[in-house]
Amino acid sequence: MNLDLSFYNWEIVSTFILKGLYFSVLLTIVATLGGVIFGTLLAMMRLSGVKWLDYPATIYVNSMRSIPLVMVILWFYLLVPGSFYSAIPWKLGENYRSEISAVITFVAFEAAYFSEIMRAGIQSISRGQVYAGQAVGMTYGQNMRFVILPQAFRNMLPVLLTQTIILFQDTSLVYAIGAYDLLKGFDAAGKNYGRPIESYLLAAVVYFVICYSLSFAVKQLHKKIAIIR
Amino acid sequence: MNWQWEIFLQDPGGKQATYWEWMMSAWGWTVSVSLLSLLVALSIGSIVGILRTLPDSPWLVRFGNAWVELFRNIPLLVQIFLWYHVIPALIPPMKDVHGFYLVIFALGFFTSARIAEQVRAGIQTLPKGQRYAGMAMGFTTAQYYRYVLLPMAYRIIIPPLTSESMNIFKNSSVAFAVSISELTMFAMQAQEETSRGVEVYLAVTACYMVSAFAINRIMAYIEKKTRIPGTIVKASGGGGH
Repeated sequence: MNLDLSFYNWEIVSTFILKGLYFSVLLTIVATLGGVIFGTLLAMMRLSGVKWLDYPATIYVNSMRSIPLVMVILWFYLLVPGSFYSAIPWKLGENYRSEISAVITFVAFEAAYFSEIMRAGIQSISRGQVYAGQAVGMTYGQNMRFVILPQAFRNMLPVLLTQTIILFQDTSLVYAIGAYDLLKGFDAAGKNYGRPIESYLLAAVVYFVICYSLSFAVKQLHKKIAIIR
Repeated sequence: MNWQWEIFLQDPGGKQATYWEWMMSAWGWTVSVSLLSLLVALSIGSIVGILRTLPDSPWLVRFGNAWVELFRNIPLLVQIFLWYHVIPALIPPMKDVHGFYLVIFALGFFTSARIAEQVRAGIQTLPKGQRYAGMAMGFTTAQYYRYVLLPMAYRIIIPPLTSESMNIFKNSSVAFAVSISELTMFAMQAQEETSRGVEVYLAVTACYMVSAFAINRIMAYIEKKTRIPGTIVKASGGGGH
C-alpha cells in the first residue's frame, strides 16, 4: 500500500475542503453564540427560583444531555417541517436543508451544555456579590447584567472555549444527515479521486492541528486569567 | 397526531421477524459495543493516566501526554473512519478483523484519553505526603501505586467516570457511520422503511435513556459500596467540604 498525497492540488482544496471548512467554522461560531445566549437564559431560568421557569428548563437541559447528539440531529431533521425551509428566501431552505437543520440542532443542543457551564459559573460567584448588588438597589436583571454575569463569564471562559473546541469536533456528526462540513469535504474528495485512505488521514491531521492549536491557546489563556485572579 | 405503534409488530423482511425484535437486537449491539469499549478505555486509560504521574520518567510522561492529546483532538467519527478504512489498508493483518472490533477499538481509544486525564487528576489531587509515606515504608513504585495511591485515586474519580460511562453509550451511536447495526443505524433504516419516524425515534431515544440511567445506577452502587467511611465526603446535596 503506497500513500500518495500528490493528487491533492489547489483545485481540490478550494472546491472540496474549503467549502466544508467554511461550513464547519460557520456552524461552530453560530452554535457557540446561539448556545451561549440561550444557555444563559436557561441557566437564569433554573436559578430564578420560580418553579414554572425552573422545571421546563431543567427538563429541557437534562433530556438534551441524555440523548446522543446523532439522535438529536436526526430528530430535528425529521421534525422541522418542510414549510419552514420553503419559507427561507433565495431558495436557501431548499438547497441547504441539511445545513440549516444542522445549525438549528446545534444551537438547541449546545444551549443545554452551555447552560450547565453558565450555571456553574453563576453559582461560583459568592453570595456577598449578590447581596452587594441588592444593597445598592439593583433589580434582579441589573444585578445579573452588571455584577454577576461579567464575573461568571470570566470564570467560565476557559471551560466555554474548551466546549467550543468539542463543538467543532462534533460538527463532523452532521455526516448523519449529509450536510457538507469539513469531514464531508475530505470524504467527497477522497471518493471522487479514488484515494479515500489518504483523504481520511489528511482529515485527521487537519482536525488535529486545528483542535490542538486551539486547546493550546485556551491553556495559555487559562494561565493568564489564573494569574490575574 | 395519531400514533401507529403497531409498526413495531410489522415484518421488516430481514433476519428479524418484527421491527421490535430488530430494535432489541440493535440495543444489544449498542450495549455490547459500549461495554467492551468501556473495558478497553478503562484499561488503557488507567495505564496512560498512571504513566503521566510517574516520578523520574520524563519520557513516559511525555508519551502519556502525547497519547491524550492525539486521541482527544481528533473527532470520534474521524477516528472511526481511520480504524475502519485506513488501518486495514495500511496493516494487512487487520483486514480480517470484524468491523465490530474496530469500532470498539476506536471508541475505546478515544475514551481512554479522557479516562487517562481523570486518572492523572485523581492521583495528583492526593496529598504528596501519601506518596512519600509509601516511599518511607520502603514500598517500590509499583507497590505504593498499588496499595497507597490507586485505591484512593479511583474512589475519587468515580463521579467523572460515571459521566464518562454514560458518554460512551451516547458516543456508540457514531458507529452507525460504519454500518454497525446498533440503535442509531436501526433508527435511520426503520424510519426510512416505515416512514413512522416519530415512533421509531421515540423508542430508540427511550432505549438510550434507559441504558444511560442503568449505567448511572450501577456506578452509584459501586460508589456507595467502595466508599471508605469518613474519608470521602459526598459532594452532592449542597453540603460543606
